[in-house]
Amino acid sequence: MTYFITQSLNGLFSAALLFLIASGLTLAFGVMKIVNIAHGSFYMLGVYVAYTVVQRTGSLLLGAVVALLVVGAVGFVMQRVFLRRFPSDPLAQMMMTMGFALLFRDLALMIWGGDPFTLPYPAGLRGSLEAGEVVFPSYRLFVIAVAALVGAALWLVNAKTLIGARLRATVDDPEMASAIGINVARLSGIVFAVGAGLAAFGGVMGGPILGGYAGIDFDLLPLAFVVVIVGGMGSLKGALVGSIVVGMIDNFGKALVPELSYFTLFAPMMLVLALKPTGLYGRA
Amino acid sequence: MAVRSWVIVALALVLAVGPLVLDSYWIGLLTQIVILAILAMSLDILLGYTGLPSLGHAAFFGAAAYAVAVLSTTYRADFWTSVVAGIAVGTALAAAFGLIVSHVRDVYFLMITLALGMVLWGLSYRWIPVTGGDNGISGIPSLEAHAGLPVAGPAAFYYVTLIVFVLCGALMRVLVRSPFGLTLRGIRENEARMRSLGFNTWLHCYLSFVIAGAFASVAGVMWAYYNGFVSPTYLDLTASSELFLMVTLGGPATLVGPLLGAGAIVLLKNVMSAYTARWLLILGIVYIVAILAAPKGIWNLGGRRSG
Repeated sequence: MTYFITQSLNGLFSAALLFLIASGLTLAFGVMKIVNIAHGSFYMLGVYVAYTVVQRTGSLLLGAVVALLVVGAVGFVMQRVFLRRFPSDPLAQMMMTMGFALLFRDLALMIWGGDPFTLPYPAGLRGSLEAGEVVFPSYRLFVIAVAALVGAALWLVNAKTLIGARLRATVDDPEMASAIGINVARLSGIVFAVGAGLAAFGGVMGGPILGGYAGIDFDLLPLAFVVVIVGGMGSLKGALVGSIVVGMIDNFGKALVPELSYFTLFAPMMLVLALKPTGLYGRA
Repeated sequence: MAVRSWVIVALALVLAVGPLVLDSYWIGLLTQIVILAILAMSLDILLGYTGLPSLGHAAFFGAAAYAVAVLSTTYRADFWTSVVAGIAVGTALAAAFGLIVSHVRDVYFLMITLALGMVLWGLSYRWIPVTGGDNGISGIPSLEAHAGLPVAGPAAFYYVTLIVFVLCGALMRVLVRSPFGLTLRGIRENEARMRSLGFNTWLHCYLSFVIAGAFASVAGVMWAYYNGFVSPTYLDLTASSELFLMVTLGGPATLVGPLLGAGAIVLLKNVMSAYTARWLLILGIVYIVAILAAPKGIWNLGGRRSG
């Protein structure tokens, strides 16, 4: 039982990170129909930028803020300068993001070298909490709480604000949305930037445990894609449910049958695609 | 049109007599180009002719290569068993995946094939008892020795590959010009209309996926013999997207285009990595520039509507 609770909490931690990555991916998909191969690179850049800031100033909080802003800006420029030239050509957009993914990986290797590292734990979150027999690292609980907060904030923006209403309208029908005066191009830039920033923030949150290394970008990308496929492309709620499903299955899969990790993701994906091809909360 | 004919003649000449005058390094590159051209052409059936953008196509190539590797080393199977089993494994996998993906289109197809390909990559990476994990499997016998050919060496292997390439290329050309191939193009242009004309579009897409998988498996078998080892990099995302780049760079829906694309990428990769370690950076820029400068591919540069 203790084992089960500990593993479930670990699964929730993975789910929290996945949600931070996948929410941006799914929103960008919803608004722009873009398959962003460079999304894992945003996560990676987040870890590396935060690493530099932490080395200079020693503050993880500052590192997180800088990573979010810098990578968000990178995403914004990428969308405004390059991706928006191909508004109705998802293949060209995908190839372009692939090019950027390779570019970012090699640049990161050039700037930061190939040595793996981890970010420091924030002060006060190094220890672990005990409840009866269950011992659990407090930092992981902190990340779960932060992701829950981010999720709540995203939901609030999406459901209660004008920009959220515009966002939902655009996801529903981009042509109609632009016909009634919504600036879809600008909205796309903002969504892409926020998604990039969130992925970078996820990188910082995962940094003390997963760290940064060459190749982490493509290690996490398939997981994020499975989340989006299972949850439904373009749906924030789907990203949440998908993250939990994928985080749990991936975690228990790795613990129980380590040889088949990744392959265990096959099952939920198959099941969802067979029953509902658009994903749990996606619309055709 | 005339320019294109001359290009084809020149290509044929280089492929046919090139190895007689080139040294073994360049014969090796030509061999790579020819094998990858089979693979890129097989993706072109899906991407160019049927309009199904698969980002997991390297999976079948890789699975076939792994099948040859496991059979010829661990089980010491003979040549024809390895070859047939390699093609069968890749094709069977395509038949299974096809069932899942054949009813989705466009971006959804892209995303789901990407995920399926990555799942398979994960399997090759982690299923260490069978696949050897990150180290892969080495010690695959040379094709000449395994098949008991009287000749050996890079040139001999190259000509075997060339025969396979010509056979596959001819088959694919017949396929895309057949009524079946024309139906695929019809589905690419307007699926709803094809369906209302009475075509079973699901079945056509499914068959297109399986056939493309089968040709990719042939390329995988040849690649396993060419390299003598297999590793997870054969089926990772970079491999699948490089393949994608070959087709889009060369010109989708042309069959000659993917050959050009494969040639361009292989040459660029090997020549550039001799001068610089920043190969990924350059490849990244190639992706971006190719899409900006020639979105329809080299072979369609003259403005001809792709067939």
